[in-house]
Amino acid sequence: MKTLKTIKKDGFPSGCAFSGILNRRGELFSGTHILDSIAQMHDRSNGLGGGFAAYGIYPEYRDFYALHMLYENKESRDITENFLKKNFYIEIEERIPTRSTRAIYNPPILWRYFIKPMAHRVEEERGTEEDFMVKCVMEVNENIDGAYVISSGQNMGVFKGVGFPEDIGEFYRLDDYQAYLWIAHGRFPTNTPGWWGGAHPFGLLNWTIVHNGEVSSYGTNRRYLEMFNYRCTLQTDTEVIAYAIDLLLRKFGLPIELMCKVLAPPLWKNIDLLPPEDAEVLKTLRILYGDLLMNGPFSIILGFENGMVALNDRIKLRPLVAAEKGEFLYIASEESAISAICSQPDRIWYPKGGEPVIGYVEGNGRC
Amino acid sequence: MLMKSMLISEFIIERNLDRCIVCRACERQCGFDAHQYDPEDDVMVSIDENCVGCQRCSYICPTNAITIRRNPTELQPHAQWDANTIHNIMKQAETGGMLLAGMGNDRPYPIYWDHLLLNASQVTNPSIDPLREPMELRTYLGRKPDRVEIEETDGKPRLKTKLYPLVEIETPILFAAMSYGALSYNVCRSLAQAAQEFGTLFNTGEGGLHEKLYQYGDHAIVQVASGRFGVDEEYLNTGAIIEIKIGQGAKPGIGGHLPGEKVLADIARTRGIPEGTDALSPAPHHDIYSIEDLRQLIFALKEATDYRKPISVKIAAVHNVASIASGIVHAGADIVAIDGFRGATGAAPVVIRNNVGLPIELALAAVDQRLRDEGVRNNVSLIVSGSIRNSADVIKAIALGADAVYIGTAALIAIGCHLCQKCHTGKCSWGIATQDPYKTRRVNPEIATRRLVNLLQAWSREITDTLGGMGINSIESLKGNRLHLRGVGLNQVELDILGVKHAGESL
Repeated sequence: MKTLKTIKKDGFPSGCAFSGILNRRGELFSGTHILDSIAQMHDRSNGLGGGFAAYGIYPEYRDFYALHMLYENKESRDITENFLKKNFYIEIEERIPTRSTRAIYNPPILWRYFIKPMAHRVEEERGTEEDFMVKCVMEVNENIDGAYVISSGQNMGVFKGVGFPEDIGEFYRLDDYQAYLWIAHGRFPTNTPGWWGGAHPFGLLNWTIVHNGEVSSYGTNRRYLEMFNYRCTLQTDTEVIAYAIDLLLRKFGLPIELMCKVLAPPLWKNIDLLPPEDAEVLKTLRILYGDLLMNGPFSIILGFENGMVALNDRIKLRPLVAAEKGEFLYIASEESAISAICSQPDRIWYPKGGEPVIGYVEGNGRC
Repeated sequence: MLMKSMLISEFIIERNLDRCIVCRACERQCGFDAHQYDPEDDVMVSIDENCVGCQRCSYICPTNAITIRRNPTELQPHAQWDANTIHNIMKQAETGGMLLAGMGNDRPYPIYWDHLLLNASQVTNPSIDPLREPMELRTYLGRKPDRVEIEETDGKPRLKTKLYPLVEIETPILFAAMSYGALSYNVCRSLAQAAQEFGTLFNTGEGGLHEKLYQYGDHAIVQVASGRFGVDEEYLNTGAIIEIKIGQGAKPGIGGHLPGEKVLADIARTRGIPEGTDALSPAPHHDIYSIEDLRQLIFALKEATDYRKPISVKIAAVHNVASIASGIVHAGADIVAIDGFRGATGAAPVVIRNNVGLPIELALAAVDQRLRDEGVRNNVSLIVSGSIRNSADVIKAIALGADAVYIGTAALIAIGCHLCQKCHTGKCSWGIATQDPYKTRRVNPEIATRRLVNLLQAWSREITDTLGGMGINSIESLKGNRLHLRGVGLNQVELDILGVKHAGESL
């Protein structure tokens, strides 16, 4: 049975809307705000994909990895659960709560697990616990037909599917969840019918990413990542951006600000104008990691346990607006999505291409 | 015993006597004595069998009286025994020697560049207008580690790791290895000046660097070939990059031979050999009989230059090119240069030139993929050469996986070469592949430099235009981006080796 694998070839999404709300004090708030915000940009999606990332939703299981799964059938669930039992202690396994709505039909089987890797399995693989998680996620996505991991972080989760984002949010009962960081995405895929796993956000460990754009450097980015054992099974831009971020931050140890300078580096002529020591850093990053330059139009929000980052391509070919009010930081594709939920922001601005907006949660984000 | 030659002249010189003013310019300009003056009748006489078809006379004739045509004489048609084959046999029957030729393989093998099509953006991804938006072609050649350590100093990120020196070029096009000896001084000087003016590099070939060209050292790739001509400490330290020449695409496995009559005083001094002696480059380096030996030479050169110069190793594309290239990377080379079987030469046995090696397109694709499979592609630079004819070839080469390309034939064409393939005779009427002072003056270094810079500029502009159409504004996002290529008229094996999909297939 090859159904899932064949439709995973998602092609490049083009349009899209996204919105993100961060409480920088780490205080939890309900999912209704993000639903109101993303619903404002209804016309930027086409009903073929919507999704959310929520951070801080599982405080009682914060030490476990929350695995959100999407199954096409019972068989794929059995195979996956066998795989999980061999590698993890499973604390809880349950259906992801949903409500039936008219707009969402024919959903796959949605399941979640709170799990911990078995210490001896991690040891056998001779890597960190995170490496082991990544490996297992890739194993399921690549080799178990009809099964797909949609999120794999701690105290966070991704909820996504085929439909308009506001309908997806209602379907997943997001108004019942409390998070300190919410990210939403509405998709306008241009090539193929939507597939539940192909919606955004794309999640790996605690990282989630939503994206609007089409990366013309995809081939270069992908072949570079393959050298570091990332397998791009989804064939989407979002996937390569996610892996690039994972490689740069987790494996190469770059700070977030410099990671952004790899994805959207300054022009050579601007680097040349900098003081030599500053120029040396940026020049070296560009020379070494030039294959990870994301060329072509994109805007992204990257979510992680300590905050969120928004970034535009270096010549700003996609919309991106930011605002802040008190402890809240807002990011969206359009200003309307912010003004719908925050009437009088302290500051609202359009970040320049390649200049990241970074919001951190004070103290430890896993509150 | 005198034999009358049975060779049929390849060209016919048509002289319009109404126009000819018997100025005898053609006679003076022809390096092959195809024009002679008959004083009795005061007319110019054509000796067709000497004509090589280089068109110098028709270019120089002040009254446009001369037209050079292929000889229309028809032999009995025969699919197996064509005119060229018969001609070669006749020539060998008359001389008993190996056939020699200059320039690259002229046989009609497949040209894969012409079976690859490029992509462009429509709607979902905007194309970028290079007239309004910055487009970047800058490229760095040399060894790159997987990662660098960054530390914070006074709140600012600083590099903890020091990089091995890299060489910056403003366009991914370099001038290929062409030696002083094969080419005249004026041509070498023009290549050096053009490289400096445009911000790219020229390559000395194996002939050393003329003392007057040391000023262009920052833009020189200095070659160390099997003959070691002109190699000393100063030479190595003057170049921007040192290149160990193992082989060249026109004659893989074969050495070189500059005959003594061409080794004039200046060349002898530059090469460090006595005047008038044959300059023989052995087929292998006599100190490299294995990959371990290559490693020793790479590090000997690094030691000699205090680890300040990237070391390139140039090989001809042969059947096992991917594993050889991998060995070269593991032996410590910072740059791998691969020359395809269409690469040109100043002189090669025709049998080798026309029958040995691989098309560079396939070699490049195989090498790039192999180095990626081993996870080392990002650590080194890959330069390819051997038939890059235009900017589209450059773009396709980079999309297949090259960092940059060498151009040799195209550069010579820019300054007058008409590809008559007689470089090995030293009689070049265009003053390019000759040391005859009467002929070398025909290349004016200022004009030749201008023409070379124009060529680099024209191609670079075409590259940025094409990149913009693909929605890419920096050359590094094209490198190895085979999704921007589609094959047309290729079979599955060819597509698999090139790593491209067929036209009509989407992602």
